Amino acid sequence: MNEFIKNEYERLVKYYGAAGGDTKALLSKNYASMVINGNKVLAKNSTKGIIIEAEKIEDGVYARIRIKKGYKSKNPVHLCFGMLPMEGRQYIRTEIFAEEESEVKFIAHCIFPNAVKVEHIMDSNVKVGKGAKVEYEEVHFHGKEGGVKVIPKTRAVVGEWGMYNSTFVIKSGRAGFVDIDYEVRLGENAKSMLLTKIYARGDDLIKANESVILEGAHSSGVIKTRMALRDKAKSEVIGKTVGLGAYSRGHVNCTEIIMDDAEAIASPVVMANNPKAKVTHEAAIGSVDKKQLLTLMARGLTEEEAIDIIVGGLLK
Amino acid sequence: MMLKVENLRIVREGKEILKNVNFEIAPQEIHLVLGINGSGKTTLAQAIMGIYPCEGKILFEGEDITHLSVWERARKGITLAFQEPARFEGLLVKDYLMVSAKNKSISKLEEVIKMVGLPRNILFKEVGDNLSGGERKRVELASVLLMEPKLAILDEPDSGIDMLSCKLISEVIERMKSMGTSVMLITHSEDMINIADRATILCAGKVVASGERDEIKRLFKYSPCPLKR
Ligand SMILES: Nc1ncnc2c1ncn2[C@@H]1O[C@H](COP(=O)(O)OP(=O)(O)O)[C@@H](O)[C@H]1O
Ligand SMILES: [Mg+2]
Repeated sequence: MNEFIKNEYERLVKYYGAAGGDTKALLSKNYASMVINGNKVLAKNSTKGIIIEAEKIEDGVYARIRIKKGYKSKNPVHLCFGMLPMEGRQYIRTEIFAEEESEVKFIAHCIFPNAVKVEHIMDSNVKVGKGAKVEYEEVHFHGKEGGVKVIPKTRAVVGEWGMYNSTFVIKSGRAGFVDIDYEVRLGENAKSMLLTKIYARGDDLIKANESVILEGAHSSGVIKTRMALRDKAKSEVIGKTVGLGAYSRGHVNCTEIIMDDAEAIASPVVMANNPKAKVTHEAAIGSVDKKQLLTLMARGLTEEEAIDIIVGGLLK
Repeated sequence: MMLKVENLRIVREGKEILKNVNFEIAPQEIHLVLGINGSGKTTLAQAIMGIYPCEGKILFEGEDITHLSVWERARKGITLAFQEPARFEGLLVKDYLMVSAKNKSISKLEEVIKMVGLPRNILFKEVGDNLSGGERKRVELASVLLMEPKLAILDEPDSGIDMLSCKLISEVIERMKSMGTSVMLITHSEDMINIADRATILCAGKVVASGERDEIKRLFKYSPCPLKR
């Protein structure tokens, strides 16, 4: 590693630790990992069963991650995507292929602590082989300015008896502008759960468009959204589940708390063309529950402190 | 006096719910509030906690608290347990209890959880829909106990709880008293009535009698609500 890259790497790792990331794992040879700052791959590590390749492309980075057939990774794969300068555009295209019967968990930290005008664009294709299990957890750490645009797009295809679960979290710092576009296609007996948890403040704007297509018989999917919005923040959430396979089960569940002048729109869409499929939805948008507030205030918390506890629980 | 309520009047949606209510609770007293459904017990309890605006005066340890907010009253040592406690998604029982606990050690939490008849592992469950009604009520009682308040207002702590546990809860309330807490107790259960020192009968938003427990109990049996709304 040259001196400049080493410097940058160390700074990012420091933020990674401060953001709750496991720095030991990130630096260990026993963990597959990849660290990207801006459009530069600072480090990557493959292991016996997980091969990580990355190359620079014209406008960003192209990364391929392959989990070998039957390899069940005990250690999670750590990914760190950062942008330390105040301005910039990060574009990362990834191909994740979990081969037959493999198992893996990704822990991705996206770190934009100084963002004034930062764009983070992710374009992921995920292929989950027969009987394979993939968990993808993405946690964001933004600065106080709200100058981040986060545009993640994922297309996942899950083979029979496979599983793909994803969790997307922005709780610390200002969310900024978020535009999530996820689509998961499930084969026979495959499962998926898409969970999104966002705390939006100021003039943050959150768009989330998530779909689970239940193609295979007996497939099942859940889209769960939890949001808290304050100030003038806005959200538009579309959770869509389509029941095509016989005995497929889909559910969309959205709960949002709005405070101050915040606004939220939630549109659960349930569709089916197979009479043996069953897709359901529930959506609740409202202010902080009065009784919850009063209960905590009767224990001596101020209204603000009580709201923090309630919102903290919802986004946990 | 620990608590003194003077000429309390509450109007909600144009309807006079409490009329000229006067009553007192002494230090370390279990004060029972009796009354048929709709007589105004819950409204009175919540007014003392500061949940509704009211006319009249509420004195706590001699200090006028009528214009204090809910949390300011709580910080002075008053708390209330709702008849139907709220549920909190994502909040673990242990974290919920930590909110009110004066002594924030896990061993103290364990002690209190045991005292209200709950298993230790409940500490790691959510205060959500996964708890039964009875469990949720006991968690609430534990939360009140941990706060070590000067005045605990308990709105039907026995409702939705089986007979056997009712006895246990009575013991917990007596324990609160022995630790120096005054209790305003709203209940219909005979067992619980018998732990009270004094009692007040509310009827159609008015106090119709107040005095020693046995005397009030007799009066209430004879004529639970002599007034019409
Ligand atoms: N939100 C409300 N607005 C107006 N009136 C109410 C409201 N809640 C309760 N009441 C009325 O106040 C009266 C007293 O109710 P409550 O205090 O709940 O009685 P209790 O607890 O003794 O059963 C009842 O007549 C009830 O209908
Ligand atoms: Mg009542």
